Amino acid sequence: MGLLNSIRIALRALLKNKMRAALTILGVVIGIAAVTTMVSIGQSASKLVEGQFQTLGTNVIVVFPGSQRGGPVRQALVQTLTADDAESIAKECPAVLATTPLVAATGQVIYGNSNWSPKDMFGVGEDYPIVRNWSLQSGGFFSKREINSNAKVCVIGQTLVAKLFQTSNPLNETIRVKNIPFRIVGVLAKKGASMMGDDLDDILLMPYTTVRKRLQGSAFNSVNAIMVSAKQESQMSDATDEIKQLLLDRHDISDGQPSDFLVQNTTEIAAILTFITGSLTMMLASIAGISLVVGGVGIMNIMLVSVTERTKEIGIRMAIGARGRDILRQFLVEAVVLSSIGGFIGVSLGIAMSTAATTLINYVSSGADWPIIVSIPAALVAMTFAAIVGVFFGYYPALRASRLDPIEALRYE
Amino acid sequence: MTATLPLTTRPLIQLTDVRKVYDLGEVQVEALKGTTLQIERGEFVALIGPSGSGKSTLMNTLGCLDRPTSGSYLLDGQEIVTMTRDQRAMIRNKSIGFVFQNFNLLNRTSAIENVELPMLYAQGISARVRRSRALEMLEKVGLAERGHHHSSQLSGGQQQRVAIARALVNNPSILMADEPTGNLDTKTSKEVIELFQKLNREQSLTVILVTHDQSVARNANRKIVLRDGEIILDTTDSQLAQETLNSPV
Repeated sequence: MGLLNSIRIALRALLKNKMRAALTILGVVIGIAAVTTMVSIGQSASKLVEGQFQTLGTNVIVVFPGSQRGGPVRQALVQTLTADDAESIAKECPAVLATTPLVAATGQVIYGNSNWSPKDMFGVGEDYPIVRNWSLQSGGFFSKREINSNAKVCVIGQTLVAKLFQTSNPLNETIRVKNIPFRIVGVLAKKGASMMGDDLDDILLMPYTTVRKRLQGSAFNSVNAIMVSAKQESQMSDATDEIKQLLLDRHDISDGQPSDFLVQNTTEIAAILTFITGSLTMMLASIAGISLVVGGVGIMNIMLVSVTERTKEIGIRMAIGARGRDILRQFLVEAVVLSSIGGFIGVSLGIAMSTAATTLINYVSSGADWPIIVSIPAALVAMTFAAIVGVFFGYYPALRASRLDPIEALRYE
Repeated sequence: MTATLPLTTRPLIQLTDVRKVYDLGEVQVEALKGTTLQIERGEFVALIGPSGSGKSTLMNTLGCLDRPTSGSYLLDGQEIVTMTRDQRAMIRNKSIGFVFQNFNLLNRTSAIENVELPMLYAQGISARVRRSRALEMLEKVGLAERGHHHSSQLSGGQQQRVAIARALVNNPSILMADEPTGNLDTKTSKEVIELFQKLNREQSLTVILVTHDQSVARNANRKIVLRDGEIILDTTDSQLAQETLNSPV
């Protein structure tokens, strides 16, 4: 008997019992939909993390000061990094594209009757936009000359524009910070929220010299951090090594001595976060995989019950001349057809569910911007797996059916 | 002896010293105790006997559903005893048609689909040929208009006629009927038996009938009476058969 006839016989048999077929399909649908949805959501989370690092700049290295251990007295918390360090890193490290010192400040910004406390207030160097890969929407960034002259100029983020200026043009307006007037020379382009949900546009940037001398009244040239960008993402580790070596030289720290600074590389953080989300995806996939196996056992269960329930039918078919392999093929085709239909519906449902879930996440947690990803490989794997599950869990019942003794089967009521 | 006979005179069925032993663990039951039997083409044979006489076992053996423990069964010159399950399935498909007491039609399946079934298990019969042959068979048993009715929508007699159409659709050489009238009323029983007689007469179809009903057995030309796994009488005389059957053990 040809395969075509087997398929015809199996399809006829399935159509005879639509309820049983539907229940079996449901088991597969749940498994496949779960796999597709969970893997898709996991991947969209990973993508989100990746995307955030792109906005931060994946090639950013941050150098933090550490404790100074030069003399007999250990001086904790002495600021060991200077703007000169930043400059020489930019000049002398070949893998480095640009650097900027970073001096943190806090305070209230006043314009007319409005006031606002920005989340981030930094004193930075002229290369900050290059380091952060952050373009300006209007105006320009402050120059080297303005930095050297401790000029009272600033660049603001989009949130400040909204909070202080509403509709008027902020360019060349003057805002006051700690009663010192600052002229706005530029407005940063919108960057959105970070993955932690922080508003990155809630930022005020001033020359670091102005912050040090005018806002803080400090005579020191120390900075809170140095941000460095590598020429390319692939040169991150080169750049990190060069920075370490240069700073050890500049700070007169001999080999083996503990350094007075800390170099942090965002790709490392990115790698860790990617690993975490990767593990999460794996976990979700395993849970989904288990539900697929449960679906498979469901198929086997129903197929086994169906073999018992249809013993008489099998006996009749055998008496009429069906060979063992015809019966085997019929039941196997039934299982494969059921799991294929289940797989197809499951994948469609999974695509719909993962789209709905990401949309819901974006709607519920404002600021989050999860990309909608439908994992096609997951869908394909799930479908292939469904077919395998169908054959695997359908085979045993089919084999049992094919080995029935026709006389016993005929006598079965 | 059979090997030297020309094809036309070779018996259709040649059973030689067939034994069937059921191993029930502690006891062994001998259902057939060395049966030897010859049936020619075109005969109408009734196997009669009380329950437990071995007539069902003999029927299953003749129908290639079961394999004897020992002995030889030549069906149209082919040795059945040494065949595999699949080979016997193909013999059943091609050469034997079954009619059962409880009809054994597939549930939720139309009459025409039931009749088509044996052709689905045969090699290379196109869908169109299957359909027209099934219709032709239903017409022959007088159910052409009921082709699309499901078995649950048919009366017992109609179901049995669908079963007969199904049994004959592959042009078998033998029709095996196991208590075919057991679930039918007298009038319908008579119709079914008349159909058997007509098929036997007009197409010289070999009919083997298993029954315990004297009035049914009377219609067969040849009566074989079984008791305790042995053939105790093989006759054309209905009266003698009845007396033998009713005689005390």
